Amino acid sequence: MNTITKYSASSILIHWAMALIILSMLFLGLSMVQSLAVWQVEAIQLHKSFGVLALILVTIRLINKVLYKSPALPQSVPKAQALAAHLTQVGLYASMILMPISGWLMQSADERSVSFFGIFTLPNLVSKNIETYTFFREAHGLIAYAFLLFIFMHVSAALYHGLIKQDGVLGSMLPGKHK
Amino acid sequence: MSKKITLIAIITLFALTILYFTGAFNRDVVTAQRFVNLQQGDNAHEGFRRAHAKGICLAGSFESTGELAKYSQAKVFDLGATPFVGRFSIAGNNPTAPDLKAPVRSLAFSITTDDNQEWRVAMNTPPVMAVATPDAFFKQLQALSPDPVTKKRSPEKIKAFFAAHPESAAFNNWKASYTPTNSFATEQYHSINAFYLVDKNDEKHAVRWIAKPQLSDENIQPLNNDSPDALQLQLKDQVAQSSVKFDMLFSFATEEDDENNPTVLWPQSRKTINAGTLVISRLQAQEGGVCENMNFDPLVLPTGIEPSADPILRARGAAYAESFRRRAKEVLLNN
Repeated sequence: MNTITKYSASSILIHWAMALIILSMLFLGLSMVQSLAVWQVEAIQLHKSFGVLALILVTIRLINKVLYKSPALPQSVPKAQALAAHLTQVGLYASMILMPISGWLMQSADERSVSFFGIFTLPNLVSKNIETYTFFREAHGLIAYAFLLFIFMHVSAALYHGLIKQDGVLGSMLPGKHK
Repeated sequence: MSKKITLIAIITLFALTILYFTGAFNRDVVTAQRFVNLQQGDNAHEGFRRAHAKGICLAGSFESTGELAKYSQAKVFDLGATPFVGRFSIAGNNPTAPDLKAPVRSLAFSITTDDNQEWRVAMNTPPVMAVATPDAFFKQLQALSPDPVTKKRSPEKIKAFFAAHPESAAFNNWKASYTPTNSFATEQYHSINAFYLVDKNDEKHAVRWIAKPQLSDENIQPLNNDSPDALQLQLKDQVAQSSVKFDMLFSFATEEDDENNPTVLWPQSRKTINAGTLVISRLQAQEGGVCENMNFDPLVLPTGIEPSADPILRARGAAYAESFRRRAKEVLLNN
């Protein structure tokens, strides 16, 4: 039986770092496709750089997930809720992986470069093609909305466990000693 | 009980934050989407650009004089020739509009050097903008739009707009003195917005550029005034005779010039350098042509050229992207 009650320190660190980056990226992305403000140009560069960072982090996270066991949900969680939690988690991981890759592909298909803070530039994955571009551009947008929905469910459930149930589910992903 | 309220409050706040960023409370702001809605009008021409819908593809080479190389790291300015693809177009959202009715003509091109750096350029016949901000530009387009019912422009609305925007003086002066030429090949095209050339010491030089025609109306093929495609047909005859050339002249700002204000002309006395010659040697219909699926976003720049903080220039990227996104989706769905 899985008896651990807390995520590993590396899991906790990467979870919160990615939470910060992902929410910032989603909000920035939604803003910059609408805004005509002067910061738009720099915003796109940052969006691309942090997107590459997110892709690197999710790769590390997947390796980390294999190396360290995750705590199981408490027995008290009803089956339907456990299933919902599982599906949300699958959705979150799928979004984390598909978001940066669809962004990279859409940029490639319009022959735009994706640079990581000016340090290196990603190779172009596909040749220039308007249909490839639009497929990944639309996917990038749709996944963003799905991602926000998954995050909303995830955050709501975590707060519910932390504030109402107080069953240690939220605490398992918080830094510091377990109660 | 209070914990439940806390929970509901946090979740509600989070949901509102998400809605805020999706633009749900954005109704009164001029967004890229609202801009493109205005440009495309009530009946969008599916699969075409929302602005400058009618055009013709071109290709040729840029023969650099090398004279700009000391001001910019961009390889395109090193001595030598680089091939490019581009497009002549007319203003408006109608891909079948008569060529000679359009108020503005454009020359756009894209050059990729062998270090994989791309320079996208979009130039127009006016040398300046009428206004200096995207909001004012939106209002200008609104004032110039025909009434949805009568299909006619309202002279009062247009007059009121320009009266409320005295910064449009330079633009209106140009407009009053401008006579369209008889060819795409004999127009002068302007970058309008300013950019920075960045040299090897990372020093920035604010510049604007023009594409100055080597041909003039006296020595070109005749224009068929009766054809809706008059300019395109004339250009085809012209290119069949000889290649069409433009000098790329860069003028440098001084301390007196504000590179972030596109409504003011810079004096002719400013230092000007001839960067090279655009040699247009081939044409292609835009349907199926190389330029059809391009987005001439002037913010795609090589290392060595950077955008100024001009708000109009900065707004172009998002608006071009929205227009490109819409027609790209239509191309995918209709094929």
